[in-house]
Amino acid sequence: MGLLSKKDQKLIFDPLADDNPITIQVLGICSALAITAQLKASIVMAISVLFVLGIGNVVISLMRNIIPSKIRIIVQLVVVATLVIIVDQVLKAYAYTLSKELSVFVGLIITNCIIMGRFEAFALGNGPWRSFLDGIGNALGYGVILIIVGFFRELLGSGTLLGFKVLGDPIEKTGLYSIGYENNGFMLLSPMALIVVGLIIWVQRSRNKALIEEN
Amino acid sequence: MLEHVELFFKSIFIDNMVFATFLGMCSYLAVSKKVSTAVGLGAAVIFVLAVTVPLNWYLDQYILRDGALGTWLGPEYADYDLSFLSFILFIATIATMVQLVEIVVEKFSPSLYNSLGIFLPLIAVNCAILGGSLFMQSRDIQSAGLALNYGISSGIGWFLAILAIAAIREKIRYSNVPAPLRGLGITFIITGLMAIGFMSFGGMLTGGDEEEETTPVSEVTPIEEITKEASEELVLTTNEKE
Repeated sequence: MGLLSKKDQKLIFDPLADDNPITIQVLGICSALAITAQLKASIVMAISVLFVLGIGNVVISLMRNIIPSKIRIIVQLVVVATLVIIVDQVLKAYAYTLSKELSVFVGLIITNCIIMGRFEAFALGNGPWRSFLDGIGNALGYGVILIIVGFFRELLGSGTLLGFKVLGDPIEKTGLYSIGYENNGFMLLSPMALIVVGLIIWVQRSRNKALIEEN
Repeated sequence: MLEHVELFFKSIFIDNMVFATFLGMCSYLAVSKKVSTAVGLGAAVIFVLAVTVPLNWYLDQYILRDGALGTWLGPEYADYDLSFLSFILFIATIATMVQLVEIVVEKFSPSLYNSLGIFLPLIAVNCAILGGSLFMQSRDIQSAGLALNYGISSGIGWFLAILAIAAIREKIRYSNVPAPLRGLGITFIITGLMAIGFMSFGGMLTGGDEEEETTPVSEVTPIEEITKEASEELVLTTNEKE
């Protein structure tokens, strides 16, 4: 990694685990949970957030000295909304069924707390390159959790990954189903997303005791 | 009248913003440590939703929809479909309304401002508010009255959820939770369990009437068709064999 200095590497890799936006900073949970019943939707959502946060951080960072602090929230919202409209139109053009599945949750990237949170906490006080790295890092941290949750929910809920029947065919009783395995349809329902994230937090915090909260 | 009652209960219990669609989770988790602050934020959310959802309904109806401009600007504008602008217009309305509400409340009711004041800026970026407007658009709500009803009732649903979790979190402080789960982890799992509980409301509206109306019709026709098709197939196959 000769390209990035030690400090810059920290910007990218910290949010992946010890400073994860979802499990530690508690940002951006709204959209993280609703669309994770399938791995494909989670991946698309992760990429959309990566795009919006990466570009948005750079734009805000470039404008940071000319935005009057009183109206900065509206300026930030306009920047995010513009980027999200681009994402939405691209999805509608190239992946129409998926964009119908994500429905309002593409629009809700605008109010995804990760984006506003990183604008406020980082992009308003740092240069464009560092802000870009911070945006990418946080979006990746968000994406990792999304993909883990999506992986388990799709695998256990419908026995598929990205639509491929990895556990065998439930109707013809091949693979795991031949020995009596059943899909747990409960994993596809929304409450399980919360519980899966809760379990991820449990695993993460029991591996790293420093993250445990007082109460 | 009946549709108002139906929408009211549906948005509070069945399509509860927190438990069914996970909207406004960020502030739901961050501001639910004490019941008193939770009540303040919940009230502010009801208020802002009640203002912004009807406003955005008018915007959607008269500006954004396919052909909406044509209804009042003249037929030459009927071809415009501005729905791609809805995100940016909705969020602009919300941000301005929140600012306006803050100013008005500060002027006329300082005591309410002191209790709501700190939460109002938070609300502009609360997913529940934008989500309310976007769901209003995608669920195709028919009239401004229904939109107002939808805003208030989904706000009440959110209020109930944050009130419940805040009360539970105040109590759970005295329980022996496994160390890594303390704080955020257990809150997630409790919310999941509450969401499972709320799923039982799902049968409330779709229970009796709909099944009675739809099932006989949908059952009878296919059977006739199937028997017809089957007999035709039988005839065909027997013919082929011969």
